Amino acid sequence: MSLNKKLVDMNYLLKEAPREKHFITGAQAMAEAVKRASVDMAIAYPITPQSEVMHLVGDIYAQGHIKEYYRAEEELGTMSAIAGAARAGVRLFTATSGPGLLRGLEAIVSWPGHRVPCVLGVLTRVINAPLSIQPDNIEMAYLMHSGIVMLHAENQQDTFDMTLAAFAITEKVDVYIPVSVSTEGFFVTHAKGYVEMMDEELAFNEPDPYKAPVPAMDNEVPPARIQRDAPVQKSNFMSYLIHSVWQQEIWDSNQRAMKYIYEYLGGPIEVQNPGADVMIVASGCAAAQAREAHRYAQEEGLSVGFVKVRAIRPWPKAEIREALATTKTVIVPEHNIIGWLCKEVKAAIPNSGIVTEGPRVYGGMTLPVELIMTEIYDALGMKSEVLQA
Amino acid sequence: MSLNYMVPASKFKRYLPKDYVELVNYGPFGKTFAECGTKNMGKYKELVEEHPMCSGCWMAYYIKIIFASLPNPEHTVTIGTAGCGRLAISQAAVPFIYGNYGDQNAMASGITRAFRLRFPDQQKDVITIAGDGGMMDIGFSMTMHAWFRGEKFTTIMLDNEVYGNTGGQESGMSVKGAVLKMSPKGKNFNKMPAMQLAITAGCVYVVKMSPTNINKAAKAIRRAIFAARELGPTFIHAYTSCNIEYSIPTPDVFKDAQEMAKGRFAFEEFMTDEAKELFTVVEAKKKKEVN
Repeated sequence: MSLNKKLVDMNYLLKEAPREKHFITGAQAMAEAVKRASVDMAIAYPITPQSEVMHLVGDIYAQGHIKEYYRAEEELGTMSAIAGAARAGVRLFTATSGPGLLRGLEAIVSWPGHRVPCVLGVLTRVINAPLSIQPDNIEMAYLMHSGIVMLHAENQQDTFDMTLAAFAITEKVDVYIPVSVSTEGFFVTHAKGYVEMMDEELAFNEPDPYKAPVPAMDNEVPPARIQRDAPVQKSNFMSYLIHSVWQQEIWDSNQRAMKYIYEYLGGPIEVQNPGADVMIVASGCAAAQAREAHRYAQEEGLSVGFVKVRAIRPWPKAEIREALATTKTVIVPEHNIIGWLCKEVKAAIPNSGIVTEGPRVYGGMTLPVELIMTEIYDALGMKSEVLQA
Repeated sequence: MSLNYMVPASKFKRYLPKDYVELVNYGPFGKTFAECGTKNMGKYKELVEEHPMCSGCWMAYYIKIIFASLPNPEHTVTIGTAGCGRLAISQAAVPFIYGNYGDQNAMASGITRAFRLRFPDQQKDVITIAGDGGMMDIGFSMTMHAWFRGEKFTTIMLDNEVYGNTGGQESGMSVKGAVLKMSPKGKNFNKMPAMQLAITAGCVYVVKMSPTNINKAAKAIRRAIFAARELGPTFIHAYTSCNIEYSIPTPDVFKDAQEMAKGRFAFEEFMTDEAKELFTVVEAKKKKEVN
């Protein structure tokens, strides 16, 4: 780095370094995290609402916090270039939204198998028709089966902390697969919130490309990669075998990220009022609304608890199961039509019948707290004011 | 850069595959082109030996020439995509990245820039080698934009004018009228002008050829690599027939390539003034070394 940075480890950066409160947007929060992550290279391609993030990352490149940055031709070109650059052992960042994520998906879903460590910002947006630029997080469902580690930020502070932590998690030798940090477009990216940040002279230690399960392809690491041995043209049996063991390892790597989610982020879930009759389970922006519904319910003296899910992958099955062990009803508010979180929650517990489908908003609509309250009243056999009206 | 990363520690040597040890001892690593280049093929441990290509495959022959021409094989990375070519390219004793469909030039953009960040004082050559489908159809945007951006690596297109590996479908590089799978009534548009596209997009050195002359083919490959190091993107458009899909009898493969050298693959070489200047310097230096 050309700037006068003090390099520190991630635990110090996230947990010990003194912080100051700022009032900034989610896009700024993501870029501020990138600024403190000793990123070597960032590759940008515009799409609303992500663009703001990569504009700001471009600015911090121009200021010297990042060594290389360019605008690629489109998302497949962006994500492929990330895969190429990762082979040379540099620290990488890019971000996209909805349709852009889908355009880049062929490359993105091959990142884990290619052992590409990088951080991907996903600033959610509607996909499918009719076209809209509004926040809806259905695109995250497409990432859930890729092997990539997925964090979901509730607000600007989460966006900052999770993005920073992601850089440490992705490079762990026993993980070494990409980490995505999702948050809702506009609701978080373009809205301001309080974010406590450490001094920008502090930055995460630089990457060690040789501390890796698959060392950089830089022709520097012995033994040289000169073995003439391509798995794809072995017998079919060898081809099945190699693919299957490799993918098992990818998903195991994904699981192994869990301990670092505990270490840096305090765990994959946050639980309020455990053991309540009604539990609201939510991630991302929906968690902010669920948190508010939980507060209303406490004021009204209702037996309502709240589970915020920070990690979508690795999926915290055991933690969710424990948090919902004694509850009678589970409500899963979401910003998408298919209810991907609801499906995951149902699959995690033995009594999936207690899970309510929704409430869900989609197309980018806001999620009023009243919608969640209505479900709570229903679950508790009370008539809601909304229903009465 | 030394070859230290490649040479096994004495005690470890006996545990390494024989092929590896032979490559280090008798391969072209760290040697000059005069010692281990195209002129001496068969006399040293070559980077490509066995390959699973069809009998009489002209593409396999050209791939052997590519690898025998590398000025710096110990610091070269090749990138390819789906297609016949990668079957032989992945059998070369040079690190190879097999990416997704048609993404080779985007990957190469990333790795070339990253190499220059990490090794500013060292030359790492990046070469993409892909077929006409990978380069001009599915990868078209990434091929073109890497050139427009002036990315410093070499692109080699193995043009067999058909999707060989998937079973003989029409490609953008097939000629008009060709009856192929997915063009059952004959292709109804022209072969894409790859060379002109490359020049327009800013490649500093572009060659179109049917590589029947080994020395000429090697010279073009080496020039493309030298120019990419210093100046910008370079492109070689080589005819590498598919004798299976075009039903060329094996004994006639060379004759077909010779006919192409007189026809639509007649040798054309484009270079910028800077490239010309560079070759004068590089090639004079080489002559001096030989003498």
